[in-house]
Amino acid sequence: MISVKNLTKYYGSSLAVNNISFEVDKGSVVGFLGPNGAGKSTTVRIITCYLAATTGVVTVDGHDVLTEALQVRRKIGYLPENTPLYLELNVVDYLRFMFDMRKHPGQQNGHQIKEVMGICGLDEVKHKNIGELSKGYRQRVGLAQAMVHNPDILILDEPTVGLDPNQIIEIRNLIKELGKLKTIIICSHILPEVEATCNKVLIIHEGQIVADGTPSDLRTSFEGKGKIFIEIKNNIPDFLEKVIRVAGIDRLLQNSPVTENLSRISLETVKGVDPREDIFRLCTQTDSVLLEMKREETSLEDVFRQLTRKEG
Amino acid sequence: MSQILILARKELKSYFDSPVAYVVITLFLLIAGWQFTTSLFLANTADLRQLFGIIRFILLFFIPAVSMRLLSEEKRVGTIELLLTMPLKEWQLVMGKFLAAYALIAITLILTGIHYITIASVGNPDFGATMGGYLGLILMVGVYLAIGIFTSSLTQNQIIAFILAFVIIFVFYILDKVVFFMPHFIANLLELLSTDYHFGNLARGVIDSRDIIYYLSMMFFFLFLTSQVLESRKWK
Repeated sequence: MISVKNLTKYYGSSLAVNNISFEVDKGSVVGFLGPNGAGKSTTVRIITCYLAATTGVVTVDGHDVLTEALQVRRKIGYLPENTPLYLELNVVDYLRFMFDMRKHPGQQNGHQIKEVMGICGLDEVKHKNIGELSKGYRQRVGLAQAMVHNPDILILDEPTVGLDPNQIIEIRNLIKELGKLKTIIICSHILPEVEATCNKVLIIHEGQIVADGTPSDLRTSFEGKGKIFIEIKNNIPDFLEKVIRVAGIDRLLQNSPVTENLSRISLETVKGVDPREDIFRLCTQTDSVLLEMKREETSLEDVFRQLTRKEG
Repeated sequence: MSQILILARKELKSYFDSPVAYVVITLFLLIAGWQFTTSLFLANTADLRQLFGIIRFILLFFIPAVSMRLLSEEKRVGTIELLLTMPLKEWQLVMGKFLAAYALIAITLILTGIHYITIASVGNPDFGATMGGYLGLILMVGVYLAIGIFTSSLTQNQIIAFILAFVIIFVFYILDKVVFFMPHFIANLLELLSTDYHFGNLARGVIDSRDIIYYLSMMFFFLFLTSQVLESRKWK
């Protein structure tokens, strides 16, 4: 449905997107994951024909974004970053305006607007000016305008920013529902969001794709780098050095002494090794009191942090 | 309905939903009416020459005020990203905005027609010259608005858009009034570029295609520049 080949974008002399390529299949929900400034929004803006690539080819449903921009735009419903809206319009007028501007030739406004307002839960505020609405409602209006003309593709740049936890879950469920019918791209730096809604994740860092796959694929391919957390009470000054030397421990993540002889230590383990037994033995040898020991599975969050850590 | 008209209708509605339209129309009519009545008895002739002079002068301020927010506000709020990802071309977007502002000013100008009715009831004004004058005003407004929308596309700041538009419009307005300082051949050229010079011909009731072509090509030039500015975002 969407194909990006060797896309590079410079802003002046600064590189925003560095030679990325990917495909988005019809009917899939793809999450662009990356820290702020990674190039997610830039990529999305190129797909929506707002910006032009410096080099590279982007096609949407076979149409090139540069030469056939109008056909591309007609297929896409877009929620830009920060949800820009016309605050002086009321909800119905706004949605009608967006529908009229984006509709296909001959497309009738039957129940489309009404339906979208129902889906997005806007019925009770439909005659209010958008400027009077809370952040949560504005976000819903933004979603509604993106899908009001029933596009095949939805591109949502940070759709749940500024919402409360209940609203976030509502919007996620909504996106999941829509994902059954449409192709969706979501930009986000919030992991659980992507994990909950997407069936494919692209992790972007400093303009490059550093990982690509389903959420569970990503987790397994980075698994093994487990974490062990211990809370220990001892009187031996070089316990830390000893515990790092235990077989299977890769490195020390964090050491936070609580009091003089009580400390909490996080350790990263080598792939596929469980050194808990050895740690326990070390504790008995050094006569330390092990208050707590816990092994944590790799979460997508760890994968993300590993991949997007700033080097240097 | 084509997208240009849909956009124009929405823009015009937002002029009337906010105080902008009412302030513009009221102030414009007040100033024009006041100046008209004071000069009418001094000049003691049954024509609208005085009125057209005043209108041409106050347009210098009113047009930038009407056009300043057209694109700058969209840029500031970010809605420009919505507009420019809609299935329409940049020039269509510019035309939609342009037509909305044009309609607002046209409504205002039509309302000044009341003064013609006043004069016609007491004297015998030249209908042809009046119509020529209004045609000239309408064309001139188009050029000023095109300049205004152009400066509005350059910045996110309405005040900057206003001042830039005022300066450019003022230069075109003043050109034919300063030419006697210039050498003869430059003077002729500058006169031809002046918006006010071409108005003079039309206001005498002489509809010359050269004047009309001048106004239309000025409009086209600035509207074209505006859509080029909008398109340039892609390559920054």
